[in-house]
Amino acid sequence: MADYHWPPTDKCKLIGRRISRLDGPWKSSGRIKYSYDVNRPNMLHAKMVFSPYAHAKVVSIDTSAAEKMPGVKAVEIMTEPGKEVFWEGHEVAAVAAETEEQARDAARRIQVQYEKLPHLVSDVNPSKAGEHTKQLAEQTDGNPDQAFQQAEVVSEGEYGVPVITHCCLEAHGQVAEWDGDNLTIYASTQNVSGMPGELVRAKIADSADKVRVLTPVMGGGFGSKFGADTWGLACARLARKAGRPVKLMLERDQELMAAGARPSMYAKVKVGAKKDGTLVGWQSESWGTGGPDAQGGAPSLPYVVRIPDRRVRHTTVLTNIGPARAWRAPNHPQMCLITMSALDDLAAKVGMDPVEMLQKNIQMTGQLSKTYSAELEKAAELMDWKKKWHPRGDKTPGTIKKGLGVSIHTWGGAGHASNCNCVIQPDGSVSSSLGSQDLGTGTRTVIGIITAETMGLPLEAVKVNIGDSKYPADGASGGSTTVGGVSSSTRRAATAALNQLLERVAPSLNAKPEELEAADGQIRVKGNPSRAISWKQACAKLGTTPITGVGQRQRGNDDLLSSGVGGAQMAEVSVDTETGQVHVDKLVAAQDCGLIIDLKTAESQVYGACIMGITYSLFEHKIMDEQTGRCLNADMEFYKLAGIGDFGEIVVHMMTGNGFDERGVIGLGEPPVISPGAAISNAVANAIGVRVPTLPLTPDKVLSALEKGAVA
Amino acid sequence: MERFEYAHPTTQRETIGLLGSNWNDAAVLAGGTDLISLMKEYVVAPKRVVNIKNVEGLNGVHSNAEGVTIGALVTMDELLEDKTIRSEFPALTQAAEGITSPQIRAMGTVGGDLCQRPRCWYFRNGYGLLAKDENGKSLVPDGENRYHAILGNGGPAYFVNPSSLAPALIALEAKLKLTGASGQREVRASEFFVIPKSDNERENVLKPNEVLTHIVIPASSRGFRSATYEVRHKMALDWPLAAAAVAVKLEGGKVREGRIVLGHVAPIPWQARDAEKELEGKSITESLAAGVGDAAVRGAKPLSQNGYKVQLTKVAVKRALLAAAKGEA
Repeated sequence: MADYHWPPTDKCKLIGRRISRLDGPWKSSGRIKYSYDVNRPNMLHAKMVFSPYAHAKVVSIDTSAAEKMPGVKAVEIMTEPGKEVFWEGHEVAAVAAETEEQARDAARRIQVQYEKLPHLVSDVNPSKAGEHTKQLAEQTDGNPDQAFQQAEVVSEGEYGVPVITHCCLEAHGQVAEWDGDNLTIYASTQNVSGMPGELVRAKIADSADKVRVLTPVMGGGFGSKFGADTWGLACARLARKAGRPVKLMLERDQELMAAGARPSMYAKVKVGAKKDGTLVGWQSESWGTGGPDAQGGAPSLPYVVRIPDRRVRHTTVLTNIGPARAWRAPNHPQMCLITMSALDDLAAKVGMDPVEMLQKNIQMTGQLSKTYSAELEKAAELMDWKKKWHPRGDKTPGTIKKGLGVSIHTWGGAGHASNCNCVIQPDGSVSSSLGSQDLGTGTRTVIGIITAETMGLPLEAVKVNIGDSKYPADGASGGSTTVGGVSSSTRRAATAALNQLLERVAPSLNAKPEELEAADGQIRVKGNPSRAISWKQACAKLGTTPITGVGQRQRGNDDLLSSGVGGAQMAEVSVDTETGQVHVDKLVAAQDCGLIIDLKTAESQVYGACIMGITYSLFEHKIMDEQTGRCLNADMEFYKLAGIGDFGEIVVHMMTGNGFDERGVIGLGEPPVISPGAAISNAVANAIGVRVPTLPLTPDKVLSALEKGAVA
Repeated sequence: MERFEYAHPTTQRETIGLLGSNWNDAAVLAGGTDLISLMKEYVVAPKRVVNIKNVEGLNGVHSNAEGVTIGALVTMDELLEDKTIRSEFPALTQAAEGITSPQIRAMGTVGGDLCQRPRCWYFRNGYGLLAKDENGKSLVPDGENRYHAILGNGGPAYFVNPSSLAPALIALEAKLKLTGASGQREVRASEFFVIPKSDNERENVLKPNEVLTHIVIPASSRGFRSATYEVRHKMALDWPLAAAAVAVKLEGGKVREGRIVLGHVAPIPWQARDAEKELEGKSITESLAAGVGDAAVRGAKPLSQNGYKVQLTKVAVKRALLAAAKGEA
């Protein structure tokens, strides 16, 4: 019988190889449809009315004029009069009409009266936020006061990361279509299997089995697309009222205003070390905003490097900047920037290479210390760190200064709940079905690879069915949990199906099922390849009844997956000291994620994370105007994203082999996006000799830092 | 966008007849890279859109003894491809190269670049050209003004002129041909732009029933070395934070005549006359260029967040001068 455990990687035909994503050609040729592309017969288009104020009470809504507009078929109130709106872009009403333009025109005719209420959209100074703050309890470990007394070098600094957005390439939204009481939603969602239940709880549908959610592909979520959202509910209601399918996709301005704000985090940090670089004490006073609600606890500072004696305090600032949503590795990029910047400043003060300082204190990183150490070594080799690194301040002549920076990060990434049905048909075709979704990460391809590897077939011989809530339930794709979950359930389902086939085929090969294996498109006797029949011949023995293998990610410990990864990144930058322009010349990422199923899409995840990281390091900032409470850059013009000219060479090294492969599958989506901010900020400090305290590293901030302490 | 009437004339005369006496009556559509987004964002809502792309005589770059005439409908791509301009007036080519979007280069026109509306985010968010709140107070001085003016910003206008080409054209002493109901007139590029003093005024001297038809760079500018230098935050498509176009006539290695025009730092392309004087009779060295850069911003009055633009402008002037002196791109 076939064993469900992962085969040794050197025996794998597909697992661990560089394989192009299955849906790449479908996407690039436009053959596969995103929610945005779905056009159902007789479909209406919906547009929303949203609050122009950061904080207001809705006094009244008059939809009568809008209802008389040409093409209008249904209107939906999303915020009832008497209720408050808490940010600019907060949804108030929606209207469905024959064309997108008619819907937009009609939405403007909906008369909403607001009572303006005081707002706060500035998060940089909690002392000015008055009652809009919530101080969390101070946490102390060990004896930080004593530790600082014993410290020989103490560094103090202020660091921070502002609110940014997700800016998914595909906006939020869906098409909703009713057939009697049955609802089909073509949603851009990270949670295909969970959405039917959510729509029942929201009283949209009366039972989850009457809701079908379809997401064959999606244009990114990054943590902002877990729920149906108010616009999902409004879309379904409009479709019901109008008796016609309705499409409601957010426009880019709404996307930036209302579809997710990554919480900010700032901190005043004091950190101490011995002269030899041994870290002894940490103290931080941090603050940040996650929108109008005080969500979540205090950040876990210092990050990764657990300095034993520490005191931390955190204050949440309640603002009207926009709703907080999970953003790829929630809190980690912020905590990483604050910690790794502070340690880098301390290393400079001690007069030590920051890589050496991290290595010296590597035991403080806990059980992954060997991984970090190996990744730092690998990254240093790929960056040629030892040759290129210089103490703070590039002393070579000229206006362009070069510098290097380093950072390390961690993430969990244990697989989520997952179920897979693997079907072998009598004609030899094979399919794996899961109610999972591919956010663009390569999930579909990973499922295909595991199915094909298990059956000894080429990748083209198997079909992958995902993105449909009628398939076996799967977890939401968040927190790097998908690949572990689907890998386990798929492997188990495929093995279970194969074993049924082996039992059916064994008599014809005069063998016991446990003596057989599936390889090279055959079922054959292990160690005796001449006793074989082709896959097709084997499946023909099924007669008219297909085989279904059922696989489920095991609750608790599952020996096909695990969690906990490290990661080290190094950045090389050029800074024009006359203009403050920063260019990332090179970013090196050494990353582990256990057993890699598809090396190519794994590397792609890291490349994408590096690009996203360079973008938030240099450009991204949701710019709010305190006077009007509005977001001034809710567009792609001043909400700046990097283009090809803005990122230099990106070098990705995936840690594989002994010590990694045997850990099973671990998620990869989050970890590589955590370190770029810190690595790039540290590289800029190394180049110009002075810290630019907050991201993004814009010319004004770089010049301002240089004024305070320029390089010679 | 609001409903509008659409017209597509083929002659200049017909075009003028379709324009109105108020700005709201009609808008001229060329490449559409600015107008369409202004309309989609409801910043403007013209009753009629007059597409001039089919109007005869507004295309092509023509060189003769009088100079070089550029049709208002010449696209950025066409401008970039023109070898005469590249060799004789590199400042103009370099300015167009700063527009790093293939879409805008393909669609955007020279006339449109000069007539586009400011990018001030208060203006684009519906607070009017002068960015006033409901009480008539400007939002800029106490607001988010990192991209706003450092020169010519005594109020009430604080936006910056967004044109990529205007500084170079002014440095090259170009003239603009405008056609209106009362015939054709010609204005210097340097006099085309104005700082509005009230809500009723616009950023240039065009009247609602006038069209910019041609840009003429005089033959007298052929003997100048020119360059444009932009400081942008992004290498990918981004508005310059500051830019400088310079044109210098050298005799025996010394500047006989020099022109310096700053972009994206004032409500109009800003001629740095004091700085120009400091060039005269001198050779362009690193230290002279730096000094001239300093002189160019001597009258700057930065707002709360845009002090850094003073430094960027100095550097842009210095680097443009050095590039022009070397005759390099």
